[in-house]
Amino acid sequence: MGRKLLLEHIDVPGINTFDVYRQQGGYRAVEKALKTMSPEDVVEEVKKSGLRGRGGAGFPTGMKWGFLAKPEGVPRYLVCNGDESEPGTFKDRYLMTHIPHILVEGMIVSSFALGANTSYIYIRGEMMPQIRIVEKAIAEAKAAGFLGKNILGTGYDLEIYVQPGGGAYICGEETALLESLEGKRGNPRIKPPFPAIAGLYGCPTVVNNVESIAATVPIINDGGEEYAKIGIERSTGTKLISASGNIIRPGVYEIDLGLPVEEFIYSDEYCGGIANSKKLKALVPGGSSVPILPANLISKTVNGNARLMTYESLADGGFATGSSMGSGGFIVFDEDQCIVRNTWNFARFYHHESCGQCSPCREGTGWMEKILHKIETGRGSIEDIDLLWDIQRRIEGNTICPLGDAAAWPVAAAIRHFRDEFEWHITHPQEALSRNYGLAHYADPIEPVV
Amino acid sequence: MLSVKENHPVEFSAELLDKFAEVASRYPQGKQKSALLPLLHLVQAEYGWLSTDAMDKVAHFLQIEPIEVYEVATFYTMYFLRPQGKYNLEICRTGPCCLVGAERIMQYIEETLGVKEGEVTADGLFSWRGVECLAACGYGPVLQIGPDYTFYENLTEQSVAQLIETLKNKVQTEA
Repeated sequence: MGRKLLLEHIDVPGINTFDVYRQQGGYRAVEKALKTMSPEDVVEEVKKSGLRGRGGAGFPTGMKWGFLAKPEGVPRYLVCNGDESEPGTFKDRYLMTHIPHILVEGMIVSSFALGANTSYIYIRGEMMPQIRIVEKAIAEAKAAGFLGKNILGTGYDLEIYVQPGGGAYICGEETALLESLEGKRGNPRIKPPFPAIAGLYGCPTVVNNVESIAATVPIINDGGEEYAKIGIERSTGTKLISASGNIIRPGVYEIDLGLPVEEFIYSDEYCGGIANSKKLKALVPGGSSVPILPANLISKTVNGNARLMTYESLADGGFATGSSMGSGGFIVFDEDQCIVRNTWNFARFYHHESCGQCSPCREGTGWMEKILHKIETGRGSIEDIDLLWDIQRRIEGNTICPLGDAAAWPVAAAIRHFRDEFEWHITHPQEALSRNYGLAHYADPIEPVV
Repeated sequence: MLSVKENHPVEFSAELLDKFAEVASRYPQGKQKSALLPLLHLVQAEYGWLSTDAMDKVAHFLQIEPIEVYEVATFYTMYFLRPQGKYNLEICRTGPCCLVGAERIMQYIEETLGVKEGEVTADGLFSWRGVECLAACGYGPVLQIGPDYTFYENLTEQSVAQLIETLKNKVQTEA
């Protein structure tokens, strides 16, 4: 049974209101932090917890906070990244819809730790209903004295505002998000300087994902050491996993990090197995950017170890035979799904979402989309596969922000693991139009590398 | 029918300008340009799209150059530079939704409404387009309708047909 730290009270009626959330022990972390701890103490607890950024990069949150510059007389900002747009990821929407107060509570605790007196929650514009829900939660918290001037008589002042995005995946990249929050196009900035030195309005700024900020609440309530007891190695605590695709029970699940991937897919407590009695073909475990895994690399790593839901185990084998935790966008493919079509779909996504600043990404994502579409529609040649490989290789690492990498990785992984499916599309164009390649040998056990 | 080439003059209501002022107060002195995205959402909710005149008036309100508004309005996908149907159906077309049938739903909508992606029906009621991931992958296929961005999940051909009927009836009742 997974421990529930964030979703503990998800089934309590009215938990989206201040009163019910408070009755369930809500805002204790604010009382504890503001009344009994110094900002440095709060940062220390988050460092001890081992919490890693839940947006996708997995960078230790406490360390990120530690980098924040604190020049005299310059305001500091906390900006929450609620621009959830990574295909396969819908956990932040879920959290904000059902338990908005845990985000507001986490914002207060985190802002206090960073010495911010104005904080912004940037939520993607399409989530208008969630924007209203979070705005209402902020108003309720303010009416109860947990926001505004002199919070709980401690002398600490804080205002939180919600900022809507305009519909752009790139604004999930933290410097693009800051540009957008300043009322500009979401073009990522060249780093350095990092936001911790010069972020919003040129001031020191921390940008954290919704789930990361919410996680500070149980960390402060129970202590960082207690949080770090959950999980394995450097994957501590619980994680929200967004499960989608061809499974019986899609949805958002809070798991203890360290859960076996096989159990997550087949247990009735989580995904419940593959829908319609089909077989498992492939898995994208961390959102569309991370490498796709064929069936034989899902339950076990190439060395034969059980594959676990941890940052380390999902990445075991590097990009050759592993993948990445990413944002926890867990997309399951059954035997009927076409890898070429899906890769084309993702390539189209990245082409559409490229901001256009860097040529390798602006041009390369478009080329990849065109070539993949050509292969998918039966007009490809064998040379196109090598060309695709060449293009993705020239995008990766050659752009200002990671969108270029995010576009390159899924194409590279699809070719690496499913090259025969691409070749079949090219050699059997008519057949490829009417049916899918199926499972082939992907489920066969592979020889361990000794 | 309005055309993007025509200037479509607007006059912001006092109520809308009050909302503008409230939004602008969320940012530090001198950083009012931050209000641009939220203001454009407010204008679009009022008029259904952003005409050149509306954008110019937003620029005037924020004391920025009109080009600063145009460059933002053309960058983000949510802003419309030409009128849409009264109900603009936006269907997620990205991977996870396609695994559970989004392409079939888009085809069904195109057939049912009888207009291509981006076009408006003759009665001005409907338009549709495929959009990228709406972060609701576990409930796919999904579509949303602005300006409130109401969400419709786990779509089937039947539920889409019903939705279109309901919206048509709603318009008739209002008329």
